[in-house]
Amino acid sequence: MRVSLTVNGVDRVVDGVEEHESLLHLLREHLDLFGTKNACEQGECGSCSVYLDGVLVCSCLVAAGQAEGGTVTTVEGLSDDGILDPVQQAFIEAGAVQCGFCTPGFVLAAHDLLRHVPDPDDAQIREALSGNLCRCTGYQKIIDAVHRAAGR
Amino acid sequence: MDTITTVGTRGRVGEATPRIDGEPKVTGAFAYASDLHREGMLFGATLRSQVAYARIHSVDTSGAAATPGVVAVMLGSDVPGKNRFGLNFFDQPVLAEDVVRYSGEPIAILAASTPGIARQAIGRIAVELEELPGVYDMEKALAPDAPRLHEFGNVLRHVHIVHGEPDTAEADVWVDGYYETAMQDQAALGPEAGLAVPAEDGGVDLYVATQWLHVDREQIAPCLGLPEDKVRLHLAGVGGAFGSREDIHMQIHACMLALRTGRPVKFSYGREESFHGHVHRHPSRIWMRHGANRDGRLVTLDVRLMFDGGAYASSSPAVVGNAASMAAGPYEIPNVRIEGTVVYTNNPPCGAMRGFGAPQVCFAHEAQMDKLARALSLDPVELRLRNAVSTGSVLPTGQVVTGAAPVRELIERCVAIPLPEPEPDRGRDLMHYPGGAGNVTHGEGIRRGVGLAVGYKNVAFSEGFDDSATARVTLARTPDGPEAEIHTAAVEMGQGLYTFLTQVVRTELEIDRVELHAIDTLIGGAGSTSASRQSTMAGGAVQMACAAVREALYGRARARTASVPPGAELALGDGWVTCDGAPLVELGDLLDEPVSCEAVYHHRPTGNLDENGQGDIHVSFAFAAERAVVEVDEDLGLVRVLQVAAAIDVGRVLNPLGLTGQIEGATAQGLGLGLMEEVQLRDGVISNPSFTDYLIPTILDMPPVVSVAVEDPEPGAPYGLKGIGESPTIVATAAVVAALRDATGRELNRAPVTPDELVGLRGPATTSGPPPIPEVPGQKSVPFYFGMSSGQQKIM
Ligand code: FES
Ligand code: FES
Repeated sequence: MRVSLTVNGVDRVVDGVEEHESLLHLLREHLDLFGTKNACEQGECGSCSVYLDGVLVCSCLVAAGQAEGGTVTTVEGLSDDGILDPVQQAFIEAGAVQCGFCTPGFVLAAHDLLRHVPDPDDAQIREALSGNLCRCTGYQKIIDAVHRAAGR
Repeated sequence: MDTITTVGTRGRVGEATPRIDGEPKVTGAFAYASDLHREGMLFGATLRSQVAYARIHSVDTSGAAATPGVVAVMLGSDVPGKNRFGLNFFDQPVLAEDVVRYSGEPIAILAASTPGIARQAIGRIAVELEELPGVYDMEKALAPDAPRLHEFGNVLRHVHIVHGEPDTAEADVWVDGYYETAMQDQAALGPEAGLAVPAEDGGVDLYVATQWLHVDREQIAPCLGLPEDKVRLHLAGVGGAFGSREDIHMQIHACMLALRTGRPVKFSYGREESFHGHVHRHPSRIWMRHGANRDGRLVTLDVRLMFDGGAYASSSPAVVGNAASMAAGPYEIPNVRIEGTVVYTNNPPCGAMRGFGAPQVCFAHEAQMDKLARALSLDPVELRLRNAVSTGSVLPTGQVVTGAAPVRELIERCVAIPLPEPEPDRGRDLMHYPGGAGNVTHGEGIRRGVGLAVGYKNVAFSEGFDDSATARVTLARTPDGPEAEIHTAAVEMGQGLYTFLTQVVRTELEIDRVELHAIDTLIGGAGSTSASRQSTMAGGAVQMACAAVREALYGRARARTASVPPGAELALGDGWVTCDGAPLVELGDLLDEPVSCEAVYHHRPTGNLDENGQGDIHVSFAFAAERAVVEVDEDLGLVRVLQVAAAIDVGRVLNPLGLTGQIEGATAQGLGLGLMEEVQLRDGVISNPSFTDYLIPTILDMPPVVSVAVEDPEPGAPYGLKGIGESPTIVATAAVVAALRDATGRELNRAPVTPDELVGLRGPATTSGPPPIPEVPGQKSVPFYFGMSSGQQKIM
């Protein structure tokens, strides 16, 4: 089937998408946007998070066809020509990145939180990021990064 | 091709230095192994056995081969070289031919034009199997009538250690205990993946996420029937490892299919396949008997421990060597007997995971220390302080601790960290109760507990291995000033190694710009990124290479300027060679030709265990102490960890941010084993191979980790450093469970602790006593005595 959508501000028409494919597959396998990660394909880890029409979703749980006509922003769309989003900058500075595999998902989840709650406390951060798994950091530096980004 | 090249410009050893790969990782540009792609590439898939032990009667691949889009299907009989690989022994088939020994064992592989077709075609391979009665219990593997899983039997290694007079030692107080730990998954977020590209010379280039490129190649080349120089490995981005990438997973399969089809072939495991595709942490059973004097001095210790190695050897022989030699914990005990066995079973193979045998024994010896403190009516902190090892102490192997061993300081600094402020029982934000947003308690039945654990881990490979590391440093002139390039085969998997290596160069050469060459096998090996060794080993090699570069620069400076008086001291500073402190010549003027030097770093040699288990087998040790504070909902068995306080023996702080990140992450993995992580098996079949059913700590499970780094430089190590990737994991499990015991008063002798155990619906793990000691030819692995060729041993 054919799926037309806007990804990171660019209109894309993708042919040859199979019925069973997810939005995650569409992004990675058809559009070569590898920043969105696949770590479980069950909605458990948040590594595949993207904005779909302004709402944060696990792209592994969204059928590619559901994105028809939609607007998608991936981690690649957060930075602008080498200018990092404050959340991305804060993740680097706070030491919130180790292997980095979870990072795109956390960056988007933190970005989404700060859109709604500009200055969250620890409990709000924990709740907002509880759908994302990280195996490397123990999460403390991710919490630090969100606080840091909130100040910007 | 997608390799990792990154350049950094600031931070010397000891300074807070941002990760050199930070930016590509936050923008999504960093290429992990699962992101590799090439024009015209095929997608690989694996058919794995769904039963644990069976004879293979036939495999019919015709349905798969006839599927449009499928380009090649391969079986064990298609392995071009020998159909065996393995880290310690080549005992594992690339593809099973006659027998499968564990559920998840690969039987067939294929390559197809899309991942969907590849998966579908796998379902069209028909395998006719005859199930065999298997061995699923580590103690039953020792029974005389147990099925023999390998030609030499089921005992993989037995380690016997006797020190002093354990048989006749007398004590005032005795405590006995039995302990179990579960199989744990490394659960690196990045799944196993790689891309094999056939080369014109008949060889293959493999881009892969691994922990040790050269040992992979040692195992891959013979299976492909190729000389090593035709198999070139390149590191792809690694999404965490924690031991899970020490063993071969998709490497040989991808290379076979690439060579067969003449096209690039990519494998990228999904989460379920990842659970089957790598080794796990060994489940353990440990029996301990401690004897002490009234004054709280340990007198004697008797340990029987068993590890389930699963179907193939992997690194189990080394794991049990570690577990046995460190089973007494970081304590001085004059009389010790330790009997440690690892067996083959039909469970999934176990091997390396962060801590490598030490977390299991730490869980046991620390529970024993608390029991003993109670029996002696002594403060558990005091008991540990009285018996802690220090420099000069003698370990059960007879090895004398020659390096830094600030164990007393660690304990004191750990318990001096302020406890979390008490919160009122009632009226808290719900998130501050066990069960959190589940709204299950409003403060009724909450019990608080505090637990302490002390432990240690060997740094680098032991028992005679010479796991050296090679590095090349090249200094060249660029328009932006002198720039150094590091070439090494050492693997970064998230812990911050590459950032540290650039800090080493900046420190040694007094320049700013440092670049990292792509990581590959075109240079000598660096050994594994494991065993808390790589900062020492690769860091040592880079430091040595820099020293050689420096000497070469001084030589050029002397040749160029007639004005250097004999005996004058040359140094580097701010891009200049200085002479007795005064600028002599600018570096750029010496770099018409780049300076390039290679160095190989070896740690001090170690020995083997003699027939009594005595020997100087470990290079050095890293110690740690952690204290956990928990709250338990007595009615529901739900747990909230309020704080973990950590005091870690670091030798020297190299990069403060990276250090605390390692401590926090390592603690999280230990906490996971204490509270929730268990690979569950039914007749050898993993019943929870997903993140839905295998739980790892989330941000809601992790408390603040308050850590102090104790700096006591390690003599002989670069900058006095000690690897710290593992020690916090080792103590965290023991500390968390100790706190749960304190809160509930229950025995809790098994990790992970379940809610049922916390509320008393399920009793402690039971035993009918330790199993008999198996008869073995000696201290080495049993296959060794049967003349089996070994993997790692050969290349080190
Ligand atoms: S990959 Fe989508 S939630 Fe894990
Ligand atoms: S940084 Fe590795 S999983 Fe989060």
